[in-house]
Amino acid sequence: MSVRSEAAAGSQTSVLEPTKLGIVDCDIHPAPPMPSELAPFLAERWRKHLAVYGVRQANQHTSAVVPYPRMAPGNGMRMDSWPPQGGAPASNLDFLREQLLDGCHIDFGILQPLTSGSTTTNQELGAALCAATNEWQLEKWTRKEPRLKAALCVPQEDAASAVSMIERYSRISDFVHIAIPTRTMEPFGRQRYWAIFEAAEHHNLPICMHAPAYGYHCDTATGWVSYYIEEHVAFANPPQTVITSLIFEGVLERFPGLKIVLVEGGFAWAPALAWRLDKHWNHMRDEVPYVKRPPSEYFRKHFWFTTQPIEEPEQPSHLLDTIRWIGAERLVFSTDYPHWDFDDPSRTLPVSLPAQDRAAIFRGNAMDLFKLSGA
Amino acid sequence: MSAVGAIDCDVHPVVPSTDDLLPYLSEYWREMRILRELDRMDSATYPASVPLSGRPDWRSELCAPGTVVEMLRVQALDHFGLRYAICNCIHGVQSVYDENMAAAFCRAVNEWIRKEWLDRDNRLRASIVVPLQNPDLAAEEIERLADDKRFVQVLLPSRCEMPLGKKFYWPIYTAAVRHKLPIGIHTGNMGRFSPTQSGQPSYFLEDYVSQTQSFAAQLASLISEGIFVKFPELRVVLIESGVTWLPAMMWRFGKDWRGVRVEIPWVKEAPASIIRDHVRLTIQPLDVPADPDVLPRIVEHIGSEDVLLFSTDYPHWQFEGDDVLPAGLSSDLVRKIQVDNPLATYPNLMETIQ
Repeated sequence: MSVRSEAAAGSQTSVLEPTKLGIVDCDIHPAPPMPSELAPFLAERWRKHLAVYGVRQANQHTSAVVPYPRMAPGNGMRMDSWPPQGGAPASNLDFLREQLLDGCHIDFGILQPLTSGSTTTNQELGAALCAATNEWQLEKWTRKEPRLKAALCVPQEDAASAVSMIERYSRISDFVHIAIPTRTMEPFGRQRYWAIFEAAEHHNLPICMHAPAYGYHCDTATGWVSYYIEEHVAFANPPQTVITSLIFEGVLERFPGLKIVLVEGGFAWAPALAWRLDKHWNHMRDEVPYVKRPPSEYFRKHFWFTTQPIEEPEQPSHLLDTIRWIGAERLVFSTDYPHWDFDDPSRTLPVSLPAQDRAAIFRGNAMDLFKLSGA
Repeated sequence: MSAVGAIDCDVHPVVPSTDDLLPYLSEYWREMRILRELDRMDSATYPASVPLSGRPDWRSELCAPGTVVEMLRVQALDHFGLRYAICNCIHGVQSVYDENMAAAFCRAVNEWIRKEWLDRDNRLRASIVVPLQNPDLAAEEIERLADDKRFVQVLLPSRCEMPLGKKFYWPIYTAAVRHKLPIGIHTGNMGRFSPTQSGQPSYFLEDYVSQTQSFAAQLASLISEGIFVKFPELRVVLIESGVTWLPAMMWRFGKDWRGVRVEIPWVKEAPASIIRDHVRLTIQPLDVPADPDVLPRIVEHIGSEDVLLFSTDYPHWQFEGDDVLPAGLSSDLVRKIQVDNPLATYPNLMETIQ
């Protein structure tokens, strides 16, 4: 499918220049590194291990087959994103500069590598892959292109190892967030992850939680779905679980500086979730004594949402209600380049969104959140 | 706002104990009841002691919430002046793995509802509890009860062994359509999978609030698998789902459908349109804030005044006093929610009054 025709379908959205200043794109996926690219950053032991046993994932058959094949070549890539220089989409810096950074007036792009390290069942290997992915981002991307910022990848299921990764890389200013998938092995508020929160808060790094396709548990509470379209609809669920767990486990009282960014899960569901948590907490708050205020209040302090894939109501103006209920200050723009459901910044937000909110969503909110400056 | 004359599409009779089902079980299962000590078949979704399961002023020291028809009569039917109320019995037997046991106890539950509830108040109607462990047995149970028009719906839980759109379940829909029975999907859990994609949450509260995710998954499954193409007359009622999650799901699903509809070419219509034509939602719990402007906006987002059905969710604790519907709705919309929409959804109800 063509991305252009997708964008044209939302004909009532803006074709104006999004903002006079350059925008911040909070979700760019560099092509997964080739084994040869990671090799310099891996010990001999792991190079051999990978050559023989590969990477065993949370959902183990995914290394052999694609259970929900995407609907575009490259397992879901934008048709025009293959670099003329060769290689996979988002594998070539020059073309990424031309097509995305320059083409869409992007001042800063936040990398979200879909690293296998965080969902590798062999946790020692996972830590090695995360470290290698961190080094690789510096070498291949951020040191060559200062507009790009790196993700501090951590093996979150082994919190001690994740914390040492944070200690090691948070000193390098290229890393502007800690990357963890939304489908963690246990609900994210549980104590096994608290050491990570302590380190994130200490280093004042937001945690970006990206929707992953596969995890340790079934993709719905009613069993495995048949189709990619259902799987993709269900990507809206893990971030809701993350928010619910963090609030009800009392994490946000214990770590008041924690910042969580939900990436590529949409955001239109957030108001209904906040209302639901408030309503039912009101009757059963004695079960969760660490929660000190109505759950909706934590939304306004701790959570941000990337915009892509932006929900598209039949009446675009309906999205304004949603943005008003969430608060424009909670939203940060993202394209999801180079994936098929890329959101074009010139056509994404509703036309009638006030200029001040547009500027905040396209730039200001992310500049503050990731402590970016210049450009 | 007065509910006099309203049709309540969700009240909950609760089977007090397995022994109450003995008169309705075969000799074999009565024997098994003793031999295997089949004494625990309560629903894990609604433990009696949890605040959700019984509103404080509807509780009694003498019995568990929902177990006594006289209390339903006084506290709900008479109190609100209801015209009809549909009994949805959430029972633990829908979780057992033995499909024969499930069929035997579902049959007993339905007979218990008929004798202990429907026969005792002519305002009561009921949903058929079916053993969805085996859809053929479920269809048999529907056929067995179809002549009794007081059964107006087939009841399925929101978390099953597989998504409800799968062909595995189609015998249930074939039988339901044959007898003009909508499918009601109610908050419930067969317990086959974790409530979340990150496993079991710590608290009851998390488990309950995450039920909206299950409803969204069921809806995506029913539409994607082509249920409404195969069974164009079928109506699905999402019961006790929370309501306000729906617009965001419609928008996301609609966008995805425009992008990847080639994967499900039999779905020719936009999901939002299919939902408005085929899906209904009961109104309690209504996940809205105090701001009275929100619900009218949500109704506009859904794009139809025909989808919401009045419900008290008695005896569950979802609202205070008589505030079943929030302020701010037009009297026209209130009449639709309380009367017109339920009558249009449940053909057996409509037949009764004609």
